[in-house]
Formats: sequence, C-alpha cells, structure tokens
Amino acid sequence: MGWETWLIGTISRALAYGTPLLLGTLGEIYAERSGVLNLGVEGMMVMGAFSAFATAYTTGNPWLGLLVAACVGGAFSLIHAFVSITLRANQIVSGLALTMLGLGLAGVLGRGWEGKPLEAALPALTVPHLAKIPGLGPSLFVNQNALVYLAAGLAVLLWFVLYKTKIGISIRAVGDDPATADAMGVNVFRTRYLCVLLGGVLAGLGGGYLSVAYRPAWTEGMTAGMGWIVIALTIFAFWNPLLGLVGAYFFGALYHLSYRLQPWTSPELLKTMPYVFAILVLALVARGTLKRRMNAPAALCEPYIRGEE
Amino acid sequence: MRLFTIEKRPSPSGGLVLLTSVLAILAALVVAGIFFWAWGASPLHAYRLILQGALGSKLGLAETVRRAIPLLLCGVGLTLAFRALFWNIGAEGQLLLGAVAATWVALFSGLEGPWLIPAMLALGFLAGAIWALIPALLKARLGINDVITTLMMNYIAMYLVLYLIHGPWKGPQMRGFAYTDFFPKAAWLPLVPGTRIHWLTLILGVLAALGAYILLTKTKRGFEIRVIGENPEAARFAGMSYTRTILLVMALSGGLAGLAGVGEVAGVHHILRQPEQISLGYGYTAIIVAWLAQRNPLAVILTALLLGALMAGGDVIKASLGLPFQLVNMFNGLILAFLISAELLMRYKVSFRPRRKGWAGRPG
Repeated sequence: MGWETWLIGTISRALAYGTPLLLGTLGEIYAERSGVLNLGVEGMMVMGAFSAFATAYTTGNPWLGLLVAACVGGAFSLIHAFVSITLRANQIVSGLALTMLGLGLAGVLGRGWEGKPLEAALPALTVPHLAKIPGLGPSLFVNQNALVYLAAGLAVLLWFVLYKTKIGISIRAVGDDPATADAMGVNVFRTRYLCVLLGGVLAGLGGGYLSVAYRPAWTEGMTAGMGWIVIALTIFAFWNPLLGLVGAYFFGALYHLSYRLQPWTSPELLKTMPYVFAILVLALVARGTLKRRMNAPAALCEPYIRGEE
Repeated sequence: MRLFTIEKRPSPSGGLVLLTSVLAILAALVVAGIFFWAWGASPLHAYRLILQGALGSKLGLAETVRRAIPLLLCGVGLTLAFRALFWNIGAEGQLLLGAVAATWVALFSGLEGPWLIPAMLALGFLAGAIWALIPALLKARLGINDVITTLMMNYIAMYLVLYLIHGPWKGPQMRGFAYTDFFPKAAWLPLVPGTRIHWLTLILGVLAALGAYILLTKTKRGFEIRVIGENPEAARFAGMSYTRTILLVMALSGGLAGLAGVGEVAGVHHILRQPEQISLGYGYTAIIVAWLAQRNPLAVILTALLLGALMAGGDVIKASLGLPFQLVNMFNGLILAFLISAELLMRYKVSFRPRRKGWAGRPG
C-alpha cells in the first residue's frame, strides 16, 4: 500500500471519527461560553448512542434515531442545567453525576441490545463531482456520512453566531460578567439554560452518530472516554468553534491511528494515545500562553445570583 | 414572579447535614425503584434484597465491610484533595497503579516470605502517589485543569493494566486467559476467618482517616490545605506555597488509593486481572463517599460503610434480578445528583414567599 492511499485513508477516517468529537465540542463550547461547565458530556453521548440505536433498530429509520438521540441528550443536559443553574450546586460534581447516571442508565437499559446488528444504518454517501478531485476528493468526499458535513458546517455557523452576532455577544457577556449582562437586560438564566441545552442536543447527536453511522451497533462502552476528550478539546480550542474543528479532526486521526498501527505495537498501549496526547497538548498550550486561564470565560463555574457577587 | 426566595444560611448544623445525606440516598432509591419497576421487578422486592444482601446476614455484613475498605482508603484521600480544592477524579487510576505495583512485587521482584506484604504496601502507595503527582505538578506548575488530567490518567492506567495482562505479565499457568499467575501464598493478605475482609487494609484505612483528620484540624500544614481550598488569594498573601500543598495532598490521596489497589489484588483476587474486575468503580464511588462526608475524613468511615452496603446489596440484586454491573453507576449518579441538590437546603434557607420588588444587593 502506497503512502498516498494510506494518507487518504487516514484523513478520511479522521473526519469520520472526528465528527462525534466535533459535535460534542461545539456544544460544550457554547455551554462553557455561557459560564456553565458540563462534565456530563460522556453521559449524554452514551445515552445518545443507545437511544439512537434502539430507535433505529425498532423503527428502521436512522434519521429518527438521530432525532431521538438529540432529544435524549438535550433532556439529560436539562438535569445539569436545573441542578447547577437553578439550584446553584457545584457544576463539577453535578456534571460528574450526570456522566455516572448516563453510563449507568445506558448500561442497564442497553443490556438486551448488545451485539445486535443494525440493518438500518445511516448510508454513507459520495459527493458527485467533488469526489473526482485528485487526492482531496477521495479523502474528503468519498464514503462519508451526511452528518460529517453537517457538523463541519455547524462549526462555521456557530463560530459566526458567537463572534459576529448580537446573540453571540450576549452569550459571551453572560459567561464573562453575568451581573453586567443582567443589568444590560440580558436574561442570564435563559441564556445559560439554552446554551446547556444546545450542548446536550449536540452531545446526544454525536453519540447517535457513533451507533447508527460510524459503527452501526451498540456496545456499552462505545463512547470510550470521548466525552472527556471533548472537555479537553474545548480548552485547547480556546473556546472557539473553528479551532474546535481542527482539534476534533486531529483527535479523530489519533483514534484512527490507534487502530491502524496495531500490527506494529500492542493495541492496548496504542489505545492510550488520545489520552496521552490530550495531556501533552494541554501542557504545550499552557506553556505557550502567559495567562493562566487561557482566555476561559471569566465566570465559568460560578452560579449567578442576582444581587450577590 | 418568584414563588420562593433563597437566602444564605450562615453554617449548617450537623443534624441537618446528616438529614440531607439520608434524604438524598432515599430519593435516589425511590427513583431507582422506578427503573426496577420498568425492568419488571417489584421495587419493594428489590429494596428488600438490597437490605438483606447488605445487612441481613453475617455474610452480607462481611461483604459490606469488604466493599467499604477500598472506598474508605480512596475516600479519605479524596477528602484531603477536595479540601485543597484539587479535583482528583483519578482515584480509580491511582488504585489500579497500586494493584500493578503490588503484582510486580508479588510475582517479579524476587522477594519472598514475610517481606512481601510490607513491600507490596509500600510500593503500592508509592505507585499511586506518583500517578497522582503527575496531574498535581501539571496543575501547580502550568495551571492545567485537574479534572481532565486525573481522568485521562484513569484511562491510561486502565489500558496499562490491560496491556500487562494481555502481554508481558500474562500467566503461563492461566491457559490462555488474560490474567497473571496466582500470587505466592506469602503475598496474600490475611483475612478475618470465614469472610473476605482483609483486615490489615481496613486498619490502615481507619488509621488514615484518623491521621487525615489530625492533619487537617491540628497541624499548620492542615491549616494551609484548608486556607488554599477556601481562599487561595489569602493563602498567597500569607506566603503559603500552593505547589507544596498540592503535591502533599495529592501524594497522600494517590498513595491511599494505591493502598486500596494493593488490598484488592492481595486480599481478594490474588492475581492481576481486568481493570473493571479489580476495581468495580471504587475510585468513582469514593467521590460520593467523600462528598457525603462533607469532606471530613472521620465521617468517611461512616459514609464508606454506607456506600459499601449499597454496593454489597447491589451485588445481590444484580445476581438475582439479572441486572448488569452498570447498575452501580446509576445509583452513584442518582445519589450524587440528589445530594448536591439537597445541599442547597444546607447552604441556603428557602422560604416560600414572593421576593420583594427590586434588589437591594450590591451590583456585581
């Protein structure tokens, strides 16, 4: 196999595996931009993966599966929103609880579904003319899922909204200085609820993509810590959707390589690659920036109470 | 518009703390009951099974205590880390590293006889501590998010164990199964007769709880830990070293989790095997143990037993109702969610009357 085929295969798979990471990261960026850290991504993704699979399997419609996954992810995120925004509980603990709950619930409910093959998988498609471009065509436009392009488009859209529109300014204001935003007439609670909800919907969708498109099957541990990689990606994307796109594909490539290199090294050691790299990249980013917080939303993790600092 | 107002409560009383903890567990059980019912089992039957399995017999009680040992060791360490506001979510990985170190001593170090167990405990502590010091250094030196690094280290530890049991440490006597060989008898921790309680680790756990309590409340170091957790600005002005404090609490936290790992392989399994069989999520459950105890190391003795009972009871319903292992995670998530919601009752006074018009507070 020539190195060209190898490279094309790697890029193509990096897009495929990077897509759930990208969806999760985009949602987490919005939640954190509004000041709410949601560590429940892993739980929301695994619930999305299970509900998408179960729906697609019973109805035979993968798109319906994705829709249900998005709704389930969204519903799950509202638990976190209620506990951390309305009840003002610790966001870290609340997010951890959500992940435990999601992993537990998906494991319990999904037990009878393990190992069933999904006939109604999301079809892969090849973009008619673009696929013929040498090099670029086969790596980007052959045998990909519609969701891959949807996610990439969403990254651009969400970047535009965050930096170029009034809505984006409100969201960032709520995450940086909720009291001032409140005084300016922005509804802090509603903004935070909606951003967390968006995060849940996208995480659920990312999980659904895993079970009805990427690998049409359901296994209990199929998210394999991707939700935590998403949290790391959010940080080294500096809370910017476009950088999130780059990071997600980079980690997509890493996940792919951890399978691709198996003939040469132990598969178990290769599987540590994304996690080792996540720590390394965080360390590099931290060394490269003088400011400790690396542009994090200033009020991240702080519950907002009117009239209290 | 609001139906109720929320005011800060100066400091919650001990009784209130206990009440909210119990309420949280009860609420979690009620919700879990709905799932039992959906599963086709009567919730009341399931509760009875849990209660019988955990407390109903001598064997059940012994299982409760056995489960409580790793929860106690990890939980005490976590209270120290959480007091300094270091989010150590990595007790699971630190526990596994302790198990790895103990296995190396038992099978590959060439040590024999009475030295084996002390060496396993010492190296297990050390391995857990080193695993915990990596995220501690990354946070203290570079300001890298502790939640993420400790979690990533869990996954790395998990795959490390899998690598060892599938690769270099795979036991020749195990007929192709991915386990190491059995430890020599001298490396088995002594048990309370008729049970699986490895009492040496239990005693270490209780001593650790006492030691951590004294450290936190009676020493200058402990004072520094608390100030750094409660008011990092003040700590810096007072010239307290953040790096030194964080390294200390994480070395202790990781070391204690490492000891828990030694206890599991040397006291229960006597081999190194799949990570989820060694640990059953003790490192994650210990987060709840520490949080239920209001980050007080002495109270961990109680809360570890409480969660140990829940795990032992959970074992019984898993076996008799055919529910999967993930049930424990579901319980954990529910308890934790209810617990922090209930904390609102401790920190704030909620009264059901409309808020006065306007807000009299300071503008942000």
